[in-house]
Amino acid sequence: MSFEWPWQYNFPPFFTLQPNVDTRQKQLAAWCSLALSYCRHHKLYTLDVMEAQESPVFNNKKIERKLSMEAIQVVFEELRKKGNLEWLDKNKSRCLVMWRRPEEWGKLIYQWVSKNGMVNSVFTLYELSSGDDTEGEEFHGLEEWMLMRSLQALQTEGKAEIITMDDGKGVKFF
Amino acid sequence: MDRFSWSNGLLEINETLVIQQRGVRLYDGDDKAKLDVGVVLLSTHRLIWRDIKNHECCISMPLSQIIFFEEQAAGIGKSAKIVIHLHPPLVNKEPGPYQHSKYSYIKLSFKEHGQIEFYRRLTEEMTQKRWENTPVSQPISTGTGSQGGRTRAVGIVGIERKIEEKRKETDKNISEAFEDLSKLMVKAKEMVEVSRSIANKIKDKQGDITEDETIRFKSYLLSMGIANPVTRETHGSGTHYHMQLAKQLGDMLQAPLEERGGMMALTEVYCLVNRARGMELLSPEDLVNACKMFESLKLPLRECRVSEKGSLTAEEFAKLLGLSVLLSKERLLLAEKMGHLCRDDSVEGLRFYPNLF
Repeated sequence: MSFEWPWQYNFPPFFTLQPNVDTRQKQLAAWCSLALSYCRHHKLYTLDVMEAQESPVFNNKKIERKLSMEAIQVVFEELRKKGNLEWLDKNKSRCLVMWRRPEEWGKLIYQWVSKNGMVNSVFTLYELSSGDDTEGEEFHGLEEWMLMRSLQALQTEGKAEIITMDDGKGVKFF
Repeated sequence: MDRFSWSNGLLEINETLVIQQRGVRLYDGDDKAKLDVGVVLLSTHRLIWRDIKNHECCISMPLSQIIFFEEQAAGIGKSAKIVIHLHPPLVNKEPGPYQHSKYSYIKLSFKEHGQIEFYRRLTEEMTQKRWENTPVSQPISTGTGSQGGRTRAVGIVGIERKIEEKRKETDKNISEAFEDLSKLMVKAKEMVEVSRSIANKIKDKQGDITEDETIRFKSYLLSMGIANPVTRETHGSGTHYHMQLAKQLGDMLQAPLEERGGMMALTEVYCLVNRARGMELLSPEDLVNACKMFESLKLPLRECRVSEKGSLTAEEFAKLLGLSVLLSKERLLLAEKMGHLCRDDSVEGLRFYPNLF
């Protein structure tokens, strides 16, 4: 299924940071939504800012417009404020993109666990993200750092406990 | 039952409602009255009865007609009743449901109970005889229509009466509003006839379409605001209607335009103008055609279509308006500030687009 671009993507002013405050608010909201759904579609969990500038998301070759570095930073800051982005370094060159927040992932994982009657079982992280049983689930292929965050969220809710095993980490669900 | 008179059920000033009870059937003596089950109302002055389904059917009798009354206990299959014995009818009594009765008493049959309380209250009123202290001027004598007494509408009946009047007024307003439409329908009918006759003539190649018919047809089209279809000139020579409209718009839009920094989207104009007009709404075509006449009528407004590209640079705008580039840029920036436009800043230069965000 190919990615469907929103109408703004083909509207040249979309790629210019708007000075009018109200207009800018709407523009940024559209950008955040586009960035997140693009990452979601392509299952991207990290972004490199330098690479992003050349990625089709921020660079529409057809209308010959691309978002400036300054503007990209503004969009990223907006995403960070909304809780969908985390910087991996002080220089803000790489970031984690959470098009689904940890709590939401945790909920999905727990639903799968309880649906299959596997509460009180222990899983390794590998089993959850890459096991045969989870193939077809949305969280299959989830990167480890994101998986950990999600399980931590469940732990806070009292629905799971992360345990350290000989060869890595695992989790028990309640 | 011949002591009752037709009433509109409205209470007089000084008359107060004491109690009412629904589910009451009247008896003329021992015979069931030729009325359905209804509501009986006791006021300080009268005994009133009203049909539950047909509110126009309402009768009343002054309490002074009552000699005495007594309870009749309920039996198997029979509701409790109050038997009321009455003085002979007054000579000048207003007409009622019965011209004459062989009985001098009536019965109230309480099919939904309530007879105990009603009996108690009736006793109170008959003891106090409050109607003697505050007499009402005349016995209520209007018929079943609502001919008057509007100002003295109290009680539930009064409220119902007011609702009915309001409904009638709303009806009238609606019919008036549709008068224009019905006039249009008449015109349309004429148009259809003429066009049908012309069409037939063309089809049968029969006879000439008379000049008269052509003129009539054209006049119909004009009066409906359709530009002369023969000439195809919608730009310069619009119809009289559009010229008038353009002038009207020129006046109407001065203030709103100033508020909005001198520029308004045509869609905004459409909404503003139609909201103001209320009834005779403008079609989008009419608005556009009227706008095209601004220049020829030398009105201080111009319709400016953003270029084929859908956007403008300051230079292009300057050319369009015949202004200096500096001034046109100011206008554009102002429109951007007001949220009408947004900008596209690229290697190609600075362009302004309608704000679609």
